[in-house]
Amino acid sequence: MSTAQVAIERDVIDRRIPMGRLRDTSAVIKRNLLQYIRVPQLLVFSTVQPIIFVLMFRFVFGGSINTGPIPYVDYLMPGIFLQVVVFGSLATAIGLATDLKSGLMERFHALPMWTPAVLVGRTLADLLRNFFVVILMMVVGFLVGWRIHTTLLALVPGVLIVLLFGYAMSWIFATIGLAVKDPETAQAAAFPILAPLVFASASFVQVENMPGWLQPWSRNQPVSVTAETFRALTIGGPTQLLVVKAILWSALIIAIFAPIAVRLYRKAV
Amino acid sequence: MSDYAVRVEGLVKHYGQLVALGGIDLEVPEGTVFGLLGPNGAGKTTAVRILATILKPDGGRAEVLGHDVVREAPAVRRRIGLAGQYAAVDANLTGRENLRMVGILGQMPTPQIMPRAAELLDKFELSDAADRPLRTYSGGMRRRLDIAASLVTRPPVLFLDEPTTGLDLTSRNALWETIEQLVADGTTVMLTTQYLEEADRLAERIAVVDGGLVIANDTPTNLKSQLGSTVVEIRFEKHDGSERAASLLTGNVNGQVERDDGTLRITSNDGARILIDVLRALDANDIAPDTLAVREPSLDDVFLALTGHHAEADEEANDQPVKGRRGGKA
Repeated sequence: MSTAQVAIERDVIDRRIPMGRLRDTSAVIKRNLLQYIRVPQLLVFSTVQPIIFVLMFRFVFGGSINTGPIPYVDYLMPGIFLQVVVFGSLATAIGLATDLKSGLMERFHALPMWTPAVLVGRTLADLLRNFFVVILMMVVGFLVGWRIHTTLLALVPGVLIVLLFGYAMSWIFATIGLAVKDPETAQAAAFPILAPLVFASASFVQVENMPGWLQPWSRNQPVSVTAETFRALTIGGPTQLLVVKAILWSALIIAIFAPIAVRLYRKAV
Repeated sequence: MSDYAVRVEGLVKHYGQLVALGGIDLEVPEGTVFGLLGPNGAGKTTAVRILATILKPDGGRAEVLGHDVVREAPAVRRRIGLAGQYAAVDANLTGRENLRMVGILGQMPTPQIMPRAAELLDKFELSDAADRPLRTYSGGMRRRLDIAASLVTRPPVLFLDEPTTGLDLTSRNALWETIEQLVADGTTVMLTTQYLEEADRLAERIAVVDGGLVIANDTPTNLKSQLGSTVVEIRFEKHDGSERAASLLTGNVNGQVERDDGTLRITSNDGARILIDVLRALDANDIAPDTLAVREPSLDDVFLALTGHHAEADEEANDQPVKGRRGGKA
């Protein structure tokens, strides 16, 4: 190769690809989604658990849980949607920790890509996966008698708000995965966060029956607020304030954890 | 414009108390191969990671093709390829998909990516496995794909961190030929290795690194002339045997005699001749060693010659350089 040729190539090196950030992010999304196609067991087993939850709460515990005039299954399903997106977002922590261990992150760090694409792509892939699982759970719900009392269109804002919350959780789990740097540890570290969020909430039972000291948390924490929003949209009742509260919770979580996660990622290798 | 592809001045990196790099200086002319030779924990990988913009140094500065690795990291990333010690690839993607991803993230124009991927898969004899997920690849195939990935964007500067560790002989020779071809086309290569043979075969210059410092920086020829090209190693079960042999051989054969308990090491530039002289002398005095080996100088011999200590303190004299241990600095 002549010197002139080398000089020309050097010039080409710094040329920017149009929509480069979008192209980087979609490459990362594609890579993460291919994982679910190549290892379908991952998706199958992660949907078996919530289906068992639905069957258990609907047919075993449901009879003992009093939700007043509302059929328990209509109360339950919004809680189940929240549970699947929160547990689904755990994949973000495990995925990032796995990439750190495998050395793949090292390669990403040495590439001239848009740095946050690794995290944005990962969380968006997990969002798409959550969308698929929520649709699946809605089908399961309809089969066991879940009905919408308002209008079918109410599902659109309902699902969007649930997915937004799952996306916000992905950023919390991204932070955990990058902080602990090990898939098994990430899973263990996530449970103390998952349990109070998912179970000390209005997901499966009404807050009124919990001890007084727990109620302020159970009533106002984001999983409860988001579940109650979905219920208001599909069962009936005032929705505006709840929608605003649910969106604010998710926005707050993203605003806090996305910058932390990006900073941890830059220092992660 | 600088004629150096890589320029490093007083580079320092600490990990807590541990000094990984204690202030190193290096200059790598464009279009050459530079070898960083040293044992595990010497600081080779740390140096490469700083040059590849993965780590930030604690002191000193480093430039790649005139771009500062800290202040101009994006410009550096557009000019480098990196293949690390372990295969940094996605096990769920196929070989082709991995290369495509690296092409996109390496900011290659889309129409160029797939032809380049096919070309590299062919070059590294992975065409048959190109559309299989990497989970089905052998360790050697993964490493080959990892190196192919580092070449996708045709980087003018290539960092290879122990590229032949874990490769079989055929793959290793093929990789050496690839590296020589790349350099003939104008690429600058910086490679780290624990094998003197590899550095000698490929590099125009070798920096020997130990304990985070460059203890020698010279051409392979000069390094070896200090060292001797042949090593005869004889071992005795009993120490008095090695003592007698040492005093007998010292000054009587054309080589440097060194005793380490029961082991005697004779280093010489005299080729096979030295072996005959040693055997004659021993036989004439009725001394019979328990084992005898003739070999090329190893990294350990370089270290003995340069520092007076072994490459790894707790390492028994061994024909093979040590692998797979960290922090074993002597």
